[in-house]
Amino acid sequence: MTYLDHAATTPVLPEVVAAMAEQLGRVGNASSLHASGRAARRAAEQARERLAEALGARPSEVLFTGGGTESDNLAVKGLFWARRQADSRRRRIVVSPAEHHAVLDSVEWLAKHEGAEVTWLSVEPSGRVTPRALAEALGDGTDVAVASVMWANNEIGTVSDIAALAATAHDVGVPLHTDAVQAVGQVLVDFGASGVDALTMTAHKLGGPMGVGALLLRREAECTPLLHGGGQERDVRSGTLDVAAIVGLAVAAAAAVEGRVERAAELAHLRDRLVTGVVGQVPDAQLNGPALDDVVRSGPGRLPGNAHLSFPGAEGDALLMLLDARGIECSTGSACSAGVARPSHVLLAVGADPDRARSSLRFSLGHTSTDADVDALLDVIGPVVERARRAGMGRR
Amino acid sequence: MRVLAAMSGGVDSAVAAALAVDAGHDVTGVHLALSQDRQALRSGSRGCCSVEDSHDARRVADELGIPFYVWDMADRFTEDVVDDFVAEYAAGRTPNPCLRCNEKIKFSAVLDRARALGFDAVVTGHHARLADGELRRSVDAAKDQSYVLGVLTADQLAAAVFPLGGMTKDRVREIAAERGFAVATKADSHDICFIPDGDTRGFLARRLGSRPGPVVDAATGATVGAHEGTYGFTVGQRRGLGVSTGDQEPRYVLGIEPVTRTVTIGTAELAGVDEITTAGATWTSAAPALPLRAQVQLRAHGEPVPCEVVAGADGGLVIALDAVQRGVAAGQSAVLYEPDAVRGDRVLGQAAIRATRRRPAAVGR
Repeated sequence: MTYLDHAATTPVLPEVVAAMAEQLGRVGNASSLHASGRAARRAAEQARERLAEALGARPSEVLFTGGGTESDNLAVKGLFWARRQADSRRRRIVVSPAEHHAVLDSVEWLAKHEGAEVTWLSVEPSGRVTPRALAEALGDGTDVAVASVMWANNEIGTVSDIAALAATAHDVGVPLHTDAVQAVGQVLVDFGASGVDALTMTAHKLGGPMGVGALLLRREAECTPLLHGGGQERDVRSGTLDVAAIVGLAVAAAAAVEGRVERAAELAHLRDRLVTGVVGQVPDAQLNGPALDDVVRSGPGRLPGNAHLSFPGAEGDALLMLLDARGIECSTGSACSAGVARPSHVLLAVGADPDRARSSLRFSLGHTSTDADVDALLDVIGPVVERARRAGMGRR
Repeated sequence: MRVLAAMSGGVDSAVAAALAVDAGHDVTGVHLALSQDRQALRSGSRGCCSVEDSHDARRVADELGIPFYVWDMADRFTEDVVDDFVAEYAAGRTPNPCLRCNEKIKFSAVLDRARALGFDAVVTGHHARLADGELRRSVDAAKDQSYVLGVLTADQLAAAVFPLGGMTKDRVREIAAERGFAVATKADSHDICFIPDGDTRGFLARRLGSRPGPVVDAATGATVGAHEGTYGFTVGQRRGLGVSTGDQEPRYVLGIEPVTRTVTIGTAELAGVDEITTAGATWTSAAPALPLRAQVQLRAHGEPVPCEVVAGADGGLVIALDAVQRGVAAGQSAVLYEPDAVRGDRVLGQAAIRATRRRPAAVGR
């Protein structure tokens, strides 16, 4: 099997399994006052410190959550509610249309149920949001509750200059949230240096377990809770701490950050081979997102493990199925809950037509990827695209 | 063989897929998303294209360890089946959407795509026997679906597999239960999948709006009532006519004239027909020599009627029935069978009914 879907999830690191297994063998609620509780508390707080150090945050800025979706919901809704409560004029949310659905659906829920007004940011063809576009959308900022721009796009891998965007938002007194789920471990993510007010991250994209993540939240940021009942996490998030998962998150994040520079270079090398090789076999294949050597703020402008290609005349779901049958696992853009393929909202947001959006595949590399994985794809991609094109021809 | 199993989420297609796996085929499951409203949840026993049904199908595929995909056929289905259904009613005819779906979607759009993607055949959970290119009734007469498959051609049948035709529905449920499929006890689907509440008249009224017209008694020519749309009527219908005719004799819908929106009704003796003229026929194998003695079934779950088939105009047929039938509606398919008590009646072909009449010589017979 050739796994080229690391952006969906990536294999759990052996050291994570070991650390979690050790913790799972112990009793103790981190909120209990006795010795077992104190031991659990100690493990959780060590993990908090470790995660904070890996991401340039203070331990008190780390709120453990149930994953990226919860962190995005908490940041967008919580900041919106708190800021509007402080000043009822703040009803506007400024957001990019290429965000993950955890952000988009939260924003749309607020628009439908809480009277929020949405201002959609214009996005460059590469998928990037520029400080100028953000400044235009914010205006004088007095009516804006929150802005949200992802650090790196999960589909086409575009990295935005989050520090510049945070400075732009702060110029008019608006807090910026960023979804950095895909960025952590692939590009340099320093919460403190970036200036953002809230940052979403999750464990399972880094070799940690599913179901645990964090929201990094500045101490001065007011955020209304989604979950009530105990106030374990700074009174912003309630629920018994899942200590084993939190330990796993911290081990994974530390490993991802420590090995980042070397791994990013390896991934970029494999990714470039993959893209060049695919285009060599399918000359009219089109790379979506930034150029492979794109640069933003002296770092990569595209996630090193991300390749996203359109194959004109072929449907993404036919390509996916044919590759799956040949043992190669990748992804088409977004799928709704019923699994019906829809044109990727990200590609539509960057100006692709629906046909191009429907004909695309994402290949994403990660810590277990090898040259053999790329070779396996290159062995079959030509005939697969040809067959998918024939299957697509009869469609109206 | 590499086969594609169409999995609706019901018990029949689940067992059909399982039997295809048992038979040693390389099976891939596909759920067809046909409804434009994907969030529709199953209501009562009906539906085959809700999100919940797709999850049921995926659940079975995962148990079988086969790949599973959802194919979005909603646009094709809307155009070729739903819009056709509405247009046929608007034209005063009574369509069969399941037959249309088999003809245009399952064994056309899906089969073409499957073949292009490298599959050899499509497996479905239809209750019909298919061997050596010969399509026959299921052993379970009550569940037989050969009527709605009668439109398939030899080429389509060559790439179709129906594993359930040789067993009863009870046996299908037993197999599902033995395998622990949660759908073993799932209720059968009924009626029309895109009208989950079963209210066909209401569905058509929403699509076609109010199109009032007269209800005329054939015997007197008198207008005896009014209606809000001819689509609320089917030839042979007796109930819900909303007329009073002054006598106790039941009336039946005899005909629907879409231009003047006239619904003609009459007594039982006028409602019978024994000659059917059809549009062009399709055959499940080489076209048979005409004239031909056969049996004809005139609607889903209808009784077969012995008949004589001769060639009509424009490739159509003229079918002379041995016995007078009521409720023979234009738009329905006349499916021809060669009776065979041992191997199951064999489907010869079908043609859409265009017109019916009572043969002059037969009046008063």
